[in-house]
Amino acid sequence: MGNYGAYVWTCFALALAVLVYSDWSARVRHKRVYRDIEVRIKALEERE
Amino acid sequence: MWTFFHRLASPPHIYRLAAIFAPWLLFPGLVLVAYGTYGGVFVAPTDYQQGDAFRIIYVHVPAAYLSMMAYMIMAVGGGIGLIWRIKLAHTVGAAAAPLGAAFTLLALLTGSIWGRPMWGTWWEWGDPRLTSELILLFLYFGYMALRAAIDDTLKADKACAVLALVGVVNVVIVHYSVEWWSSLHQGQTLLRKGGPAMDPAMLYPLLAMILGFTLIFGALLLRRVRTEVLYRERRTRWVREMIMAGQGGK
Repeated sequence: MGNYGAYVWTCFALALAVLVYSDWSARVRHKRVYRDIEVRIKALEERE
Repeated sequence: MWTFFHRLASPPHIYRLAAIFAPWLLFPGLVLVAYGTYGGVFVAPTDYQQGDAFRIIYVHVPAAYLSMMAYMIMAVGGGIGLIWRIKLAHTVGAAAAPLGAAFTLLALLTGSIWGRPMWGTWWEWGDPRLTSELILLFLYFGYMALRAAIDDTLKADKACAVLALVGVVNVVIVHYSVEWWSSLHQGQTLLRKGGPAMDPAMLYPLLAMILGFTLIFGALLLRRVRTEVLYRERRTRWVREMIMAGQGGK
């Protein structure tokens, strides 16, 4: 890599971080939305 | 045929289809990115002008391309949603925005890191490609802020669709900036007259990275579309029945 190793590997690390974060955040948001709806439905059923 | 399209675009159908197709895009995408990384970092010869710093293109180019593609998905989704009143189109636009912002940020950061050894500076305000790409990032932030600021989903969809459509002008400027104005950024490498200006040993890993990133983007978009559908349909009977049956959580 000559003198450019730090630049190149930083870019690849950033790309990996963006991909991992995008996947993780999508999973977390889906779980949270699903759980919120689940809690609301259960609360409605208990009231009924 | 219209019945087929209506059924295809129905929220329960999209919710299930997205769960099925996301892994089929993700895994080939990961394989292509692994091949592209190996080919780009270890196999491709060193560039005679830029040395090994040129290897940054293997993440910079796919990120920059996706930053524009995600915006076009938002704009086309907004346009379809406004004209034909198809809710799914707005849903796709809303799901594409955070991904587009992430890839735009990646393109800016990797471009800046490339600029330091090649141009001698991290950033140049006078450069049209850099500045228009930064404006693209602000457009994504504006789109997401606007959506978050309006409680009524229908009103938010309309306002965001208009913003996305207006912002297309900037995407055109990002793409053609290196041709229209004098720029530090190099000109078109792949989409130029006479074919790509790259050795095949450099080109094939780059194409693999572009395709791999696109497939991963598709998988992430489907995941987000699924969540957006679930949120928008949270008061409907099919969501209630699905959740009571303990399905659709993954």
